[in-house]
Amino acid sequence: MSTPDDDLPIAPTPEAPGEGAPMTVAGRLSGYLRGGGIVTPLLTALLAFAVGGLVVALTGKDPIATYRAIFDGTGLNWFFPWISSDDRTVAALNLQQTLIVTTPLILTGLAVAFAFRCGLFNIGGQGQYLVGSYMAVWLGSSFDGMPSVLHIVLCIVGACAAGAAWGGIAGLLKATTGANEVITTIMLNWIALWVGVWLVNLNGPLQNTEQKSVPVSPDIAEGAKLPVFWGDPELQGLHIGLFIALASLLVFWVLLNRTVTGYEVRAVGFNPDAARAAGISVSRNYILVMAICGLFAGLAASLDVLGWQFRVARNDIEISQIGFLGIAVALLGRNTAIGTFFSALLFGALLTGTSVRNLDPLVFPPELATALTSIIQGLIVLFVSADILVVYLWRLRRRIRRPGGKAPAESKAVAT
Amino acid sequence: MSRRQVGWAAVAAGFLAFFVAVPPLTVRTPALPIALGLIGLCLGVWSLAGGEKRHGWGGIAAAVVGMAGGIAATQSGVGNLERVIVWSALFAAMLRYATPLIFASLGGLFCERSGVINIALEGMLLTGAFFAVLGADVTGSWFLGVVIGMAAGGLLALIHAVFAVSLRADQIVSGTALNFLAFGITTYLYLNRYGAEGTPTDLPQVPDVNLPLIEDIPFFGDVFGQVNLLIWIGLALVLVTWVVVFRTPSGLRLRSAGENPLAAETAGLSVVRTRYLAVITSGMLAGAGGAYLSIGFVHSFSQNMTVGKGFIALAALIFGRWRPGGALMAALLFGFSTALAQRLPVFSPSAATLFQALPYVLTLVAVAGVVGRSIPPAAIGRPLERS
Repeated sequence: MSTPDDDLPIAPTPEAPGEGAPMTVAGRLSGYLRGGGIVTPLLTALLAFAVGGLVVALTGKDPIATYRAIFDGTGLNWFFPWISSDDRTVAALNLQQTLIVTTPLILTGLAVAFAFRCGLFNIGGQGQYLVGSYMAVWLGSSFDGMPSVLHIVLCIVGACAAGAAWGGIAGLLKATTGANEVITTIMLNWIALWVGVWLVNLNGPLQNTEQKSVPVSPDIAEGAKLPVFWGDPELQGLHIGLFIALASLLVFWVLLNRTVTGYEVRAVGFNPDAARAAGISVSRNYILVMAICGLFAGLAASLDVLGWQFRVARNDIEISQIGFLGIAVALLGRNTAIGTFFSALLFGALLTGTSVRNLDPLVFPPELATALTSIIQGLIVLFVSADILVVYLWRLRRRIRRPGGKAPAESKAVAT
Repeated sequence: MSRRQVGWAAVAAGFLAFFVAVPPLTVRTPALPIALGLIGLCLGVWSLAGGEKRHGWGGIAAAVVGMAGGIAATQSGVGNLERVIVWSALFAAMLRYATPLIFASLGGLFCERSGVINIALEGMLLTGAFFAVLGADVTGSWFLGVVIGMAAGGLLALIHAVFAVSLRADQIVSGTALNFLAFGITTYLYLNRYGAEGTPTDLPQVPDVNLPLIEDIPFFGDVFGQVNLLIWIGLALVLVTWVVVFRTPSGLRLRSAGENPLAAETAGLSVVRTRYLAVITSGMLAGAGGAYLSIGFVHSFSQNMTVGKGFIALAALIFGRWRPGGALMAALLFGFSTALAQRLPVFSPSAATLFQALPYVLTLVAVAGVVGRSIPPAAIGRPLERS
């Protein structure tokens, strides 16, 4: 197999030094942040929705009616002061669902955002979420009769630890062998999925002993369920997990911006070589960051299991997208705490608005709308990847408005 | 005998330890696998002591795994063994499972050799799979189906090229985006057109090639006697790719764009054009792999039917050190593990699902074990910066 090409000029290994490597992810991000304030994410989202609407229109359906129907299902009209009290009752129910979905999305978003700030791309949020949910449902269904608060804390801590361990594997592989975290986390997602299917499948170790013919886990104990603070617990009201997610946003911000760890993480994200030269252990940070990301994703899973799912079914494992949506949430929110909150709300609303329960099938089939969500998610990530595109379009508009504006060279310099 | 060869001998001993315990030899005493495994272990340690880290550890791992497998085989029923280990059927299945990986990893080879990371192989496979079904269904011809599948894969790749080359996007992020997009679009169009019924059962299919001469040879006949046309094309493409990339001027241009784009640009080569062509070629190849998957292999389409095959293909490319022959070997290895995983449920139906994770575990181990020693094109992932 030896050919002359074995002797191609061999450059240093790609992971390590970058002789003039253009931009790390974090470096790009900071350019993006300077590039256009709050306007660019808004434009990105609008553009994605517009292209999504185009797909709807091309397949012979009315995009405006579709988006209207989706919006009506989100419950966000609860905030409108002028709607009637009947509508408000329905809207409240819908808004509770939106916020229930927003809760894990905030956390899986943080799982991606935190990695990004360290220059890592965590696509493994889904797998970390799944392992967290297995752990939560196992602990939750095991210790019946435990004091409620203790039981809840146990489940949450267990799920966080499971997620952290799963994420830590990818970090460890990256730190020790240099294996690209994108491929390893995706493989870990699939492994987590099949392990879960095995666990709850018929005759699996975690299968419900009362429903022998259904691939589902046992229900968690009453004491392990999170209290509902808005709405009827029988009708899947809003559980207090939302506050835990909001608190996590604060933790994320403090950890990243006000601690030594966060400083090191950001330093590695900007330039691993400079960080290494400054005495920061890059590999330690990789492991730590991936573990913390897994912790966020595991927390998301525990809130879902303890808050409203109460069990894990094979079907849920196979079609769950919460972890993957975290990528779009984080990127659209520019990996910041506040941005993650708003984009989690956007995707939470989109998921609720397109659910079978809330979308009027006469206007638009819900299963198609779910696929539409994936399209919009992909477009948003695509547009964010080329930060330069939206920034450029934005500046182009300004230049057209102000004849004799600056040459495009300036916009390029800022965007890259 | 150099220490490196000793390492290889350890691997061979580990393999033998397993091989003697399964059909056709089917040794029933665990003593022989244990003895062979221990020999392998010693050879591995000897190689390691001589400083051959990679070969030494590889030998030790092979010996332990082979010994464990061999002992397990001697403890299970002969009937089960003979149902699971049918070498000809396993190899035939290996070819079927490996073919989408071969197409996609060859596609990835063109793309990455030109300096563009292609995480979107998964989406290109999926797009190819869906549009091949759609094309075959609409035109009534499997050939046009494959062509349309390839064109769709190429189109998705064109988007990747625009973002990665012209807009200088982060290639990993834009590739991930394209995977989401491909998943969304194929699911949307699939549900919109076929809905709950699924794809029609009378889809035109890529034909099998019957080789009457080979068919009668005992082992080869069972493996190669009746093989899908696209499998042969995939195998042929490995050779074609090697010739094109390593033995032609355009291949040299391709590689120089990936190794040192500035120098290539200085020498008068349009790096942008080269990269565009390479990325689109990669999309068309992956699209053909998807077409094989849908209208050559399973004869239908279902949502997200590629289940990570694009990423496994990417791992095969890395494992094969960005070379066609290496990628082929890695794809065959992953294909074999899938084929084996499909047959293992005989032993334990409840753990059957767990075996489905085997190819992914293997990919994880392969990527972790080989990176650092597997050197990618120097300029990979770096957009061309013009001043």
